[in-house]
Amino acid sequence: MEYAISVLLSGISVGGQYALIAIGYTLVYGILRLINFAHGDVFMVAGLMGIYFTAVLPISLSLPLVIILTVLLGFTIERVAYKPLRDAPRMSVMISAIGVSYLLQNTATYVTGGQPMTYPTIPFLSGTVNVAGTQTKWVVILTPILVLTLVVLLSLLINRTKVGMAMRAVSKDFETSRLMGIRINSVISVTFIIGSALAAVGSVLFFTNYPAITPMAGAMPGLKAFVAAVFGGIGSIPGAVIGAFIIGICETIIKGLPSSWDVSVFSDAFTFALLILILVFKPQGLFGEAATDKV
Amino acid sequence: MSEKKSNLPALIGIVILFLFIILLENIRSFIPGLPMIFDPMSPLFTVLKKAAVYSLVAVSMNLLNGFTGLFSLGQAGFMLLGAYTYAILTVPSAMKDQVYYLFGGCAFQFSLVDFFQGIFGSAGAGYAVGLILSCLIAIILAGVVAGFFAFLIGFPVLRLKSDYLAIATLGFAEILRAIFQWQTLGPVTNGANMIKGFPTFTSFNITGAGGQVVLRLSTFVPFLITTVCIAIIVLLINSSYGRAFKSIRDDEIAAEAMGIRLFSHKMLSFVISSFFAGVGGAMFAMYVANAQAKAFTSTMTYEILLIVVIGGIGSVSGSVLATFLYVACSEWWLRFLDSEQYIGSFKVPLLRNGFRMVVFSVVIMIIVLFFSQGIMGNREIDLNAIFTGKKRRSGSQGK
Repeated sequence: MEYAISVLLSGISVGGQYALIAIGYTLVYGILRLINFAHGDVFMVAGLMGIYFTAVLPISLSLPLVIILTVLLGFTIERVAYKPLRDAPRMSVMISAIGVSYLLQNTATYVTGGQPMTYPTIPFLSGTVNVAGTQTKWVVILTPILVLTLVVLLSLLINRTKVGMAMRAVSKDFETSRLMGIRINSVISVTFIIGSALAAVGSVLFFTNYPAITPMAGAMPGLKAFVAAVFGGIGSIPGAVIGAFIIGICETIIKGLPSSWDVSVFSDAFTFALLILILVFKPQGLFGEAATDKV
Repeated sequence: MSEKKSNLPALIGIVILFLFIILLENIRSFIPGLPMIFDPMSPLFTVLKKAAVYSLVAVSMNLLNGFTGLFSLGQAGFMLLGAYTYAILTVPSAMKDQVYYLFGGCAFQFSLVDFFQGIFGSAGAGYAVGLILSCLIAIILAGVVAGFFAFLIGFPVLRLKSDYLAIATLGFAEILRAIFQWQTLGPVTNGANMIKGFPTFTSFNITGAGGQVVLRLSTFVPFLITTVCIAIIVLLINSSYGRAFKSIRDDEIAAEAMGIRLFSHKMLSFVISSFFAGVGGAMFAMYVANAQAKAFTSTMTYEILLIVVIGGIGSVSGSVLATFLYVACSEWWLRFLDSEQYIGSFKVPLLRNGFRMVVFSVVIMIIVLFFSQGIMGNREIDLNAIFTGKKRRSGSQGK
């Protein structure tokens, strides 16, 4: 029983961390129709920056700095690699995203020397707490709370503010909103800024749980978060969050199954099987709008 | 297109290329004084072998992405299938206990190599015939297995559009990778460990009685296989099927209206592309002399995709050219960036391990952003024209 609770708890926390990345995917896809393959690597770079800054600065200073620089990175990537291809075929933008991902991974390998780096212990988050008889880290408890708070704030932003209205308009119809005088480029930049900031927060939480960062550390969580976004219905924020929680919980359950069953190797594969099932049977996802397939 | 082209000049050109490669890898045994670059261990031959293998995979990906317009990212998965099929079929029985020692021997005792040695003998010319036949059959079966899986996967996946197709095929490749690392299948796949001991490119070097190499063919063999496969792909692209593929790429609805069955043509392209990716995977296993699921990651697919983009999406010769450039840059020409360099007494800054790949990926980004046509766009190098010196009317190439 205690074991079941601890598995469930860590599932919820991993799910919350995926949710923070998934929001970045779903926002960008909603607006640009682009699978931002580099998003997972932005998340990894945020983790690396966390390591390097906490080595020289106090944590209270370095965490905001990580978030600011990650936002800057996301913004720059969009301006340099995606904006020039705005009118190019969708596949070229996706190839550009793959190129950025390759660049970020190689740069990370260069900077770290390819060795796995260890994420610092952040005093409060790494502290342990007793829940229903199981010892767990504070980060596990805090993640879902933080995620829900951020999602509520984000929904307010999207539904109540002018920028949010512009974002909704752009995701509905790119060309028309451009004609209506919405400054497309600044809306897209805002999207990337929000996505990167959430990825930075996610990186603090995720790497407190799994402290080893390699240059490839962002790829798998990134892909899983994308699957979560598709699962929940791409473009829908609540969908992405729920999808991420489902994937996180399922994954930890599979990892937690008795080792004699020997199925833990499928924890990643399961996510993709889920993706293919949802694409075949309900391509719009759990909460997505029915696809308006413009041929 | 109506006029009958003679491909004889191109054929002669390819034969000359083959002879040149055989000469190149053996030249140092005739003239020992030549520079180290002609040594069989030099990076030149590593590059040639690896590029020969990769260019087949790149062309197979181009068939799908460039000529049919199906954006698939499953290439590494099909290569994995090919590599494992080849490896499992050709590890000699005598090696099996050693390779599968963690699982107490292999559940699959059959080995093509032993089978043919039983027929043709294990020495001299009989051995050579047996080796060639077993490798050939194993490579073809590697392609067939990859193609068969593509056929199964194609039913759900090919109904998806553009980026969903990409992510679903990427997902399938990851699932395959997990299955092949599964310990329960260990007696067949050797779990997460590598399979080795099967015939590699070096096995094709002809050795004398004392074990010394008489004639090296280890670079020639991958060139031969790749050339034959690419020739088949080119013939396919120039056939009516190829024109159907291109019309699907350019406009699905118009193609359907012209009576092209979309699904079966997409499936055909997907299966053929995967067949050759499987063959490429088998050759990759021969090149690295082992088969391990860990190697066939999505990064490998991205690498091949970037090669295709650099060469020009929709150009076979562009893909081949780009592969050789890409592999030569990453394995050889840019190596100096990875170690400290001095110009006089000035130490060049930034140079240390990993810098090569940073420079390399920046160059790739520049190509992707500013030269989106790649090297060749969708034009082709006309081999006949090169070897006859005449320029053909290139009106039939078109788009």
